[in-house]
Amino acid sequence: MKRIITATVQDRGGVLNRITGMLNRRQFNIESISVGASEVEGVSKMTFVVEVSDDQKLEQLTKQLNKQIDVLKVSDISDKAMVARELALIKVVSTGQTRAEIQGIITPFRASVIDVSKDSLIIQVTGRPDKVDALIALLRPYGIKELTKTGVTAFLRGQQPEQVTELNSLSI
Amino acid sequence: MKVEASHEVEMKGKLITGADLLIKTLVDANVDTIFGYPGGAVLPIYDALYRNDTPFEHVLSRHEQGSIHAAEGYARVTGKPGVVLATSGPGATNLITGITDAMMDSLPLVIFTGQVAKNVIGTDAFQEADVMGITTPITKYNYQVSDVSDLPRIVKEAFHIATTGRPGPVVIDIPKNISANITLNDFEDDFYLPGYQPTINPNPLQIVKLAEALSRAKRPLLLAGAGTLFADASKELKQFAEKYKLPVTTTLLGLGTFPGTNELSLGMAGMHGTYAANMAIYECDLLINIGARFDDRLTGKIVDFAPNAKVAHIDIDPAEIGKNIKTDIPVVADAKKALIALLDSKIEMQNNFEWFEKLTKNKQDYPLWYERTDAPISPQWLIEQIYNISNGEAIVTTDVGQHQMWAAQFYKFDKPNNWVTSGGLGTMGFGFPAAVGAQLGRPNDLVVSIVGDGGFQMTLQELSVIKQRNLPVKVIIVNNEALGMVRQWQESFYEERYSESLLSENPDFVKLAESYGVRGVKVDQEADVIPTLQEIFAYDGPVVADFRVVRQTCVYPMIAPGKGIHEMVGVTK
Ligand SMILES: Cc1ncc(C[n+]2csc(CCOP(=O)(O)OP(=O)(O)O)c2C)c(N)n1
Ligand SMILES: [Mg+2]
Repeated sequence: MKRIITATVQDRGGVLNRITGMLNRRQFNIESISVGASEVEGVSKMTFVVEVSDDQKLEQLTKQLNKQIDVLKVSDISDKAMVARELALIKVVSTGQTRAEIQGIITPFRASVIDVSKDSLIIQVTGRPDKVDALIALLRPYGIKELTKTGVTAFLRGQQPEQVTELNSLSI
Repeated sequence: MKVEASHEVEMKGKLITGADLLIKTLVDANVDTIFGYPGGAVLPIYDALYRNDTPFEHVLSRHEQGSIHAAEGYARVTGKPGVVLATSGPGATNLITGITDAMMDSLPLVIFTGQVAKNVIGTDAFQEADVMGITTPITKYNYQVSDVSDLPRIVKEAFHIATTGRPGPVVIDIPKNISANITLNDFEDDFYLPGYQPTINPNPLQIVKLAEALSRAKRPLLLAGAGTLFADASKELKQFAEKYKLPVTTTLLGLGTFPGTNELSLGMAGMHGTYAANMAIYECDLLINIGARFDDRLTGKIVDFAPNAKVAHIDIDPAEIGKNIKTDIPVVADAKKALIALLDSKIEMQNNFEWFEKLTKNKQDYPLWYERTDAPISPQWLIEQIYNISNGEAIVTTDVGQHQMWAAQFYKFDKPNNWVTSGGLGTMGFGFPAAVGAQLGRPNDLVVSIVGDGGFQMTLQELSVIKQRNLPVKVIIVNNEALGMVRQWQESFYEERYSESLLSENPDFVKLAESYGVRGVKVDQEADVIPTLQEIFAYDGPVVADFRVVRQTCVYPMIAPGKGIHEMVGVTK
């Protein structure tokens, strides 16, 4: 099963190395990690998308993360109301003829063209990972020259409903 | 030992070097002994030691691996952190085995490594090694000092982290410019570790659950690991076991936490554990694990481990609970605190007389056994004589192999913290240097280092140290002219193809010892064993004794790899 785990960590030298090394050594399957500043100075926020086989493995994962001296808090937010977003930059082959066509494809995704050259476009898209993947799939036939994704970063929503609907919780 | 700080180190607000500041912080941390070896990147620190009139004991090993195993031995028998100092590059990498060993067996160490100066880090400078990278997975925590003003705080944090919660090794990597440069001696050392708050007190609800489970159990069993030793909980463990007449088995590392001669003791469990202990695990209906981590050498095949039992697990490290064995009643706590809470609970026990009778009968019917021959000597009989002649009161350190298992089986530890062995990592070369540290930490106790002829040769250079300091360590070589444990596995599982496991070209250990100025004796007749042991234990100095034992002897009982805990072979002759 796929889970989204977030962790707040003390910004100390080597903390990222320590955490990713531990996850790797203990054979946890990490799909993406994103790290960045949080609202508190000196504290970073990490978001992991992990594939775990069962609850026991999941419990081990959160415990091993919590055990790290620099980790302040670990949350498995997969079953909560949350927003999960990532950003992708896609350099797609495009000549003058296909430019309008591609524009038509990306508009419903609220993606934007951020660079134009003679034979390619760079498209920026942000959103839920499934949306980003859907756009990538649509652009693939044109020829993707380069692609980079930031990995998912996620938050709990401000308000948690009594019952989390599937729509809220999933799609990652 | 000189423990007061010299006047010079004490002065605040004065200009001193980073190295002087380090010495001062170590004095403040009540360090009385450090184990080290000099080199370029730590020369400023060694110079500061010299200039400050060495305000604590510095033990010069003859290989950094000797330093770190000595620090482990010291930590294990004193309960205090072991402190190590080594130079950058090769000095630091020579520590890696010991750091990993300490991590596996939860020993509190604070390790200082020199590093090349900050301006050349990352350039493959002379004797540069990525100590932070290398030691990250094998330490509880590690630091590289990038600003001298952080040094006092980092040292204080390191001692705190190493010694609290589940103990473990902490590395502090100090670039040469940090130790060499002049600085003002008035830094803050207050620290704040919001992400590190070990749970000490048990959740009362979990204690109630455990007490309830105990009141329903017909076949309860206590399994005690080294966590009870770190928590200084042996007294409470005994009270608890005796109060409810609970049989007790221990792990390899837990030996001594419960008296081996107590009627409730079943001895050690696991791969080479006793029949009574392993069958008790197999048949119990409630297993209470206190401070053990369900290592695979204990459990054997997981599905056959305590298959009929409710499992309760008391551990200060929550990540150990449920890691290997499904746990019904988790209790995250310091072992002593949990035991006190259990002792304070009112528990109406079921009648478990039948269970106790059964276990006692197992003990009587299937004791540890061996075949006795007189020339050469039976290794297990040799251990029994060591036990008898030392009145069971020696500190015993071992290396890794058959002799280690025989020592664990036949030396009945009645007191905690007298047993020093490498469990998790199984590090050959550990036993002898660990004895050096143990003897330094407990100078008035008899320290017997039981080693194999193979493993002793991995770190025997430390003979210089016991000679230099006249440390009365008694090295007992259980000499089977083989990498005995390897030979045993080849006999059992590889159709007697003894590939590279026979040591026909051993040195003359007596002459070897003598060349270091240490007394050497060789014993190859059973009749000479007892008088020799009596004589060398009474002798006030170091001895290396080469005991020629039967070469083919195997360690039994044994749970073969992949087998269940009840599937022991060699239970009887
Ligand atoms: C550093 C290291 N290398 C290899 C091993 C594998 N090993 C385990 S026991 C053993 C044999 C030890 O021989 P010896 O020291 O003579 O002890 P014995 O088993 O004969 O009592 C070996 C090679 C190990 N545990 N540690
Ligand atoms: Mg041997």
